[in-house]
Amino acid sequence: MSVELLNFIETVLNGLMSGVMYSLVALGFVLIFKASGVFNFAQGVFALFAALTLVGYQTGQVPFAHLINELFGTNYHNWYASMPNFLAIILTMITMIALAWIIERLVLKHLVNQDPIILFMATIGLAFALEGVGDLMWGSDVKVLDVGIPSGGSVWLEEATIGLAAEGSDYYGMYIDVLNVWATVIAVILVITLALFSQYTKTGRALRAVADDHQAALSVGISLRTIWILVWAISGFIAMVAGIMWGTESGVQFSLSLIALKALPVLILGGFTSIPGAIIGGLLIGVGEKLAEIYIGGYFETGALENWFAYVMALVFLLFRPQGLFGDKIIERV
Amino acid sequence: MRIKQLLIGITASVIAISSYVEIAIADLKFPMLVYRTGAYAPNGIPNADGFVDYYKMINARDGGIGGEKIFHPECETGYKTQVGVECYEKNKKDAMVFQPMSTGITYQLIPKATADGVTVYSTGYGRTSAANGKVFKWIFNAPVTYWDGASIAVRHILKNNFGNIKGKKIALVYHNSAYGKEPIRTLQTLSKKHGFKLMLLPVDHPGQEQKATWLKIRKARPDNVLMWGWGVMNQVAVKSAASIKFPMDKFIGIWWSGSENDVLPAGQGAHGYKSLTFNAPGDSYQVHKDIKKYVHDKGEASGDGSHFGTVLYNRGLFQAMVQVEAAVVAQKIHGTSKITPAMYRDGMEAVNLSAKRMEELGFKDFAPPFKNTCENHGGSGLAAVQQWDAKAKKWNMITEYMYGDSDVVQKLIAEDSSKYAAEQKIAERCN
Repeated sequence: MSVELLNFIETVLNGLMSGVMYSLVALGFVLIFKASGVFNFAQGVFALFAALTLVGYQTGQVPFAHLINELFGTNYHNWYASMPNFLAIILTMITMIALAWIIERLVLKHLVNQDPIILFMATIGLAFALEGVGDLMWGSDVKVLDVGIPSGGSVWLEEATIGLAAEGSDYYGMYIDVLNVWATVIAVILVITLALFSQYTKTGRALRAVADDHQAALSVGISLRTIWILVWAISGFIAMVAGIMWGTESGVQFSLSLIALKALPVLILGGFTSIPGAIIGGLLIGVGEKLAEIYIGGYFETGALENWFAYVMALVFLLFRPQGLFGDKIIERV
Repeated sequence: MRIKQLLIGITASVIAISSYVEIAIADLKFPMLVYRTGAYAPNGIPNADGFVDYYKMINARDGGIGGEKIFHPECETGYKTQVGVECYEKNKKDAMVFQPMSTGITYQLIPKATADGVTVYSTGYGRTSAANGKVFKWIFNAPVTYWDGASIAVRHILKNNFGNIKGKKIALVYHNSAYGKEPIRTLQTLSKKHGFKLMLLPVDHPGQEQKATWLKIRKARPDNVLMWGWGVMNQVAVKSAASIKFPMDKFIGIWWSGSENDVLPAGQGAHGYKSLTFNAPGDSYQVHKDIKKYVHDKGEASGDGSHFGTVLYNRGLFQAMVQVEAAVVAQKIHGTSKITPAMYRDGMEAVNLSAKRMEELGFKDFAPPFKNTCENHGGSGLAAVQQWDAKAKKWNMITEYMYGDSDVVQKLIAEDSSKYAAEQKIAERCN
């Protein structure tokens, strides 16, 4: 095989893996949008908050320590040296469920029947508020997140592919980050679990009913509020998974909240209401931007296509299929 | 209802009076443009803490500068250029000096501050050609510029290759902003001079995703990678380099890509990563002892005090020290403690931080000596290379402080500043 072809395959594979990371964020958006029609701008901050909380529990950090010490002249920083990963993840999940409940009580409950734009604006406010609370609770330092997921280039793949190139050619084998492979496995498990949950459980069916028609769901006795709390809690859980993956890659820091911006083109491509759409959209964006950066990036003086090419793809897509690949067709009856 | 209104009124009055009193008793205003929130906060916080702790120490230990307390209001920029300019406009009245902590903001402030008569001190960042004091009267960037930095990095590579890098490949991974683009011109000139091939790899803000960039590096196999990064870009780059097994001792960051924050997330993978620096790491200097005694032990530490002695905290100390020293010199020159912004500029231009003076200030061996002159606002142009020891989790200085390629750098500074002078119709001074 030619080195060029092997490099192309490597780029596509890495694009697919990056796409999975984007899909993890996009999934949370889709779930909430399907169930409540709310475009949750705070999803990226959810991922950040979950990751901050997880590291906080792992390292025994006292929440709001800075504030407490400032107010009471104390010097508390840590409760304990460390907590097992499993326990820290469980506690983070409980925190995210509690957060969903608080959001429902403080924000959503008061905005029932408001225009979608009002709800969208509320989530923008929520994003800033939650970022501030996260800062106060856990501080702004870069935190090292290690839940035992391996990372770094796959030696096995490198050695297995080095012989594929023609003899004597300048080829070092294929590169894939093991962390991204794990992200893919976790994303697949997540999507299958979500599909089984919504298909085969009573709560899941109720969730789908609410997503299809709020009024009809209410008329058969489904509690809208319970479903909303549930769906925000599930998307909080997905945000935690995304936060773990992204946080392991770059350390947990406030720029994590910006990953939400990467989910937008994914959603435009895949559709705001489709879980498979979020996955396919992520994969397309991931592959598209990597190919663009590597194969046409050199023709642009400014370069750095990797960051904005996704939006070009989304824009082009909007012109031809505004509802996305798998989204519900927009029909307005007059 | 009346009681509530009364309470609100009293509270508002107390706040107004206390802020008035604070400004009234604090005669020397050193506004701080900081970023304690947002994507760049992990870098902004330790640096700002260094500034604040130093100012607090001077106020507590010496009673201020020549008896005048330092007033250091903070304005949050979030590393956003537009917000930085707003912060400048809001705080420029009676301000001695602005430290923008962003090359983008510095570029915007250069014409404004020049027109307003306010000193801008961009320590080791900002517009490199501002080192030419003949053109940039109000702007200072000592002790070393980005163009010095680029040529010092190349000099280090040259040394490791027995003086010959002809045909070698050097990649520059840079933040796609005014800051990151700053060294390109110097590196292009140096690539012609030494015959190495230069690869330019921009990374857009914030730099969370760099997979394609590092795939390119993996394919091209450059002999060395230089980095002009900031914030999350640094952490992702170091981790990506480790992931593709790029030899870390051939990966050199600028002094803003060499803090503990940048390497800790990569764990052992970051072992051997190098960066330039113009100040030493550690917390055993006299200035640290004084800060501990007069600030931290009294529970007055900025933030939670956890950044004490880190690279960016120490840089904040150094930056604040130079700014305070400029005020001391200005007071001496003009024979008054109540200096004006114009007098302060004179002080900054006459700063002479000799080894002896550094020792007096508690900074013995902390940084190389330097002095500003009318012609030279760029300082000594000295920087050293430090290397990360991932096992001990500390930076070690591995070279002496060294000069860059002054022939190349001075020529470029003269060209760029002349162009600016012509555009702005500035007559050269210091003749």
